[in-house]
Amino acid sequence: MIRLLAWIVAGLLLGGIVHLATILILPRTATQDAYARLLPLTEANKMTLLPNPSAESTLMPFMDPAFATAVCRYDLTQGPLKLQAPVSQPYTAVSFYTRRDVAYYAINDRAAGRRTIELDLMTAEQRAQIQDDEEVTAADRLIVTSPTTTGLIMLRAFAPEPGAMSLARGILNTATCTVTPE
Amino acid sequence: MRLLIGILFAFALAAVVGLGLTWLALTDNLAFGGIRVGAWSAWPKNGTPNIDPYARAVVTRTGALPLGSGDGVAFVARTDDTGAALDGRCDIHVDGITPAARFWTLTLYDTEGRLVASTLGRHGFTSQEIVRRGDGTFDIVIGPRARPGNWLPTSGIERYVLVLRLYDTPIGVATRAGRETPMPAVKNRTCP
Repeated sequence: MIRLLAWIVAGLLLGGIVHLATILILPRTATQDAYARLLPLTEANKMTLLPNPSAESTLMPFMDPAFATAVCRYDLTQGPLKLQAPVSQPYTAVSFYTRRDVAYYAINDRAAGRRTIELDLMTAEQRAQIQDDEEVTAADRLIVTSPTTTGLIMLRAFAPEPGAMSLARGILNTATCTVTPE
Repeated sequence: MRLLIGILFAFALAAVVGLGLTWLALTDNLAFGGIRVGAWSAWPKNGTPNIDPYARAVVTRTGALPLGSGDGVAFVARTDDTGAALDGRCDIHVDGITPAARFWTLTLYDTEGRLVASTLGRHGFTSQEIVRRGDGTFDIVIGPRARPGNWLPTSGIERYVLVLRLYDTPIGVATRAGRETPMPAVKNRTCP
């Protein structure tokens, strides 16, 4: 009896370990995450305007239909990335996600405080290099450090009413993200 | 021999318990912490690098991208204030005010996060679109049949999810439920 109980306790403990391990490993094995869904639709380091979500098709679940969305799938192996996005009157936001869909940075037009959102995205190593060989005079230069070399930049413009959607999409169409080779 | 059976038994039990718990955690939308106000729940931490492993697993499994914390906060309601699941065949009222934000959107999804087809092509409201009462409060009716005022069609689907997203809002990781977070009531007024 005691022996059986011991085996049950051992099984439960092991089960706890299995549970925690699978939860931690799952993000690495997911094949239908947002990054994988956007992979066939996007080119690396190029801004792509996404189709609006509709009842028939939605790229990702729980997208806000009041927003126009553009995505830049980045790859920083060739060098840092420069993002330029004009700001629409109602609201524009830029969100950064790692390769594993973790939102590590987001900024909106008001926080950026300008007519256009301009920023540089780079890895920690590339940033360290910049500080070495450049005099750091560009104080107003917004630099974002990416924890991974690949990831997603989501650019979203708000359409307060359905009629404003084409305007929001038009504004996103002029946004660019380009690699600036070292 | 008894040792072997014991080991096999423990391993089998571990597999069942471990994988079962994982499956439950991912399908039951198990989530820790967060802000809970009435029927609404929000997890501002999911929009930061400090997202917990369970939420990360759910995010990568469903393919949804969480709202970045510098962008906004999403409040989700799967039930009304009494805890009954939201039924698209009933008239549900979302009535009251929202926390401080530059603007908000309210969207109706099916349980998988897809938009629901409707003849109007309306999937939600933005704070700029709704009709308000004199005191600034609003009442949105969510139901299968057309209503005067703010009507959000459900097309009669059985279960749905409401997401109220606040953009450019002071609500964040440090926010607690209380005076800072006055969420609208979710009430089932007329159900057959």
